[in-house]
Amino acid sequence: MTLNVDPVALRHDYVARVARRYGVIAAVFGLLCLSFLLDITTGPGGYSLSTIAEVLFDPMSHGARLKVIVWDYRLPVAVTAVLVGALLAVAGAQMQTILNNPLAEPFTLGVSAAASFGASLAIVLGISVIPAVGPLLVTVNAFVFALFTCGFILLATRIKGVGSETMILFGIAIFFTFSALLALMQYMASEDQIARIVFWMMGSLSRASWEKIGLGTILLCFAIPFSLYRTWPMTALRMGETTAQSMGVDVGRLRVEMLICISLLAATAVSFVGTVGFVGLVGPHIARMLVGEDQRYFVPLSALVGALVLSLTSLISKTITPGIIYPIGIITSLIGVPIFISIILSSRRERLQ
Amino acid sequence: MTLTIANLSAGYGRTNVLQDVTVTDIPPGAFVGLIGPNAAGKSTLFKTIAGLITPSKGAITIAGEDVTCLGRKDRAKRVAYMPQAYGCNALLSVFESVLLALKQTTGWRVNDDNLDRVSDTLHALGLSHLANRGVADLSGGQAQMVAVAQTIVRAPDVILLDEPTSALDLHHQLSILTSIRNEMDRKKPVVMAALHDLNLAAKFCDRLVLLRDGAILADGKPEHILALPQIEETYRVLTDLERTQRNVLYVDARLAHIHPRGEAIVRQ
Ligand SMILES: Nc1ncnc2c1ncn2[C@@H]1O[C@H](COP(=O)(O)OP(=O)(O)OP(=O)(O)O)[C@@H](O)[C@H]1O
Ligand SMILES: [Mg+2]
Repeated sequence: MTLNVDPVALRHDYVARVARRYGVIAAVFGLLCLSFLLDITTGPGGYSLSTIAEVLFDPMSHGARLKVIVWDYRLPVAVTAVLVGALLAVAGAQMQTILNNPLAEPFTLGVSAAASFGASLAIVLGISVIPAVGPLLVTVNAFVFALFTCGFILLATRIKGVGSETMILFGIAIFFTFSALLALMQYMASEDQIARIVFWMMGSLSRASWEKIGLGTILLCFAIPFSLYRTWPMTALRMGETTAQSMGVDVGRLRVEMLICISLLAATAVSFVGTVGFVGLVGPHIARMLVGEDQRYFVPLSALVGALVLSLTSLISKTITPGIIYPIGIITSLIGVPIFISIILSSRRERLQ
Repeated sequence: MTLTIANLSAGYGRTNVLQDVTVTDIPPGAFVGLIGPNAAGKSTLFKTIAGLITPSKGAITIAGEDVTCLGRKDRAKRVAYMPQAYGCNALLSVFESVLLALKQTTGWRVNDDNLDRVSDTLHALGLSHLANRGVADLSGGQAQMVAVAQTIVRAPDVILLDEPTSALDLHHQLSILTSIRNEMDRKKPVVMAALHDLNLAAKFCDRLVLLRDGAILADGKPEHILALPQIEETYRVLTDLERTQRNVLYVDARLAHIHPRGEAIVRQ
């Protein structure tokens, strides 16, 4: 019944499993590269991959028009898709871990509602919370309000303790508050302004710019190493709060640190492209099915899967009806959800690789 | 390294649970059984020693050094505590979950020594056949044994096991405690285990501490402690009239003949 395996064999199994995980990560990375390339080649004009590649390496090789198309339009959109997908998925992975809830996502704590309100405030009243931001008014407002919710939850946890239930309840309260405020803004808005608010909320990659990309990249370059640094305590948290504490994890502090990290990521993503739900949920979920919950593999793979999902979304949003780019927020939900459900149903049971 | 608990008072918020608990000089390699009825404060005492609860009064010293002021992580290096509630729904293998317990207090990188320690611990507890199973897929008893593995893999000075055998069948109760004793003989930590089974306590422990209502009622060698009237009174297993039936009770539980020192209990 209980045959006791040789310790050396155990080590072997573990090392083999780690190798398999690197394999999975490499495979998803390959898919992401493929999707990224397809994304920049797809679009009106029908330029071939080789033409695009030449423009990438030498911007002026095919004239100024193509340089503008590739460098100022397609590339920022494609890069933003990858970047925002990664931001959202990492934030989602961390949120699910600290709240110990697989249904949590970056916007669980009301971040997107707050950001939408901030954006509408800018659109309707032209009020900026930070003076003199010029054309970035909407983006900055959305960002500041998204961060504000985080600050509020942090304050609340000071008073009430950092339990996951407390945090979720505060998140719900914030969500409803800002939804009501948003409705108020819409009530006060003109028809044209309502259209802008709705469009903002649907999520679009067309607001991509190199400055935003730079900022997002810096953030990601901070967030992923930071999560990797905290990988062992975060994984321990999955064993339950008391067990994690008994292993030496300062659970309260870890939650606060991660919450700050998540809100920065979520606030940045939402202010760049508007509300794009689902990616922050599905990225970590697929990653978990592929490599389990050792955060050393789970977080980077979540980032890659999230990037892949949003990159594919960008691709699909261009190809459904040639000439029309649908808002990505709609695509992720409309096309992503059935695919996601079929993935869940087909892998009857979550299994360790 | 010697563990001493001196005049410890602790509780939750304003409710005090432990009152002036003192257990002196537990030498390295000693297996102390903590016995007492439900709500006696056994888990509270363990949580306080492990640093999950800050005591309102008293000191906990390991090798003469007061550990109450150590940080979370430094404390965990000295004291490993297995909570009474364990088990989880994480998507991790048993091997990974034990490695994880070890990695909290060792450096970031997984090195060969870490892997050896995990493999050896699983092997020593007879759990290596479970190594590649998911922690969420274990039976109740298997999960409990994995929790024990997560605790002893850390090889600290003090190991606290909160009811390590409550979910195990008779065979596994004996085998896990035997494995723990064998490990102790090699590494000489102080082990304290909360046990509800007095027979097991008598067989495996060098010393028993009887806790009731947050205070220590008795502390000493198992054969002395188990013969005390407080035991009967506490556990209300026997009234005076039934005193003569005592032998029958333990024999009925069919433990007496399994462990050689069982006569320590059935005596009288
Ligand atoms: N988190 C808590 N908050 C408030 N009171 C608590 C808490 N946990 C335990 N207590 C109280 O502290 C007392 C001691 O509980 P403890 O868990 O230490 O008992 P125990 O000896 O471990 O019991 P058992 O054998 O049932 O595990 C009980 O009266 C219990 O109600
Ligand atoms: Mg208890």
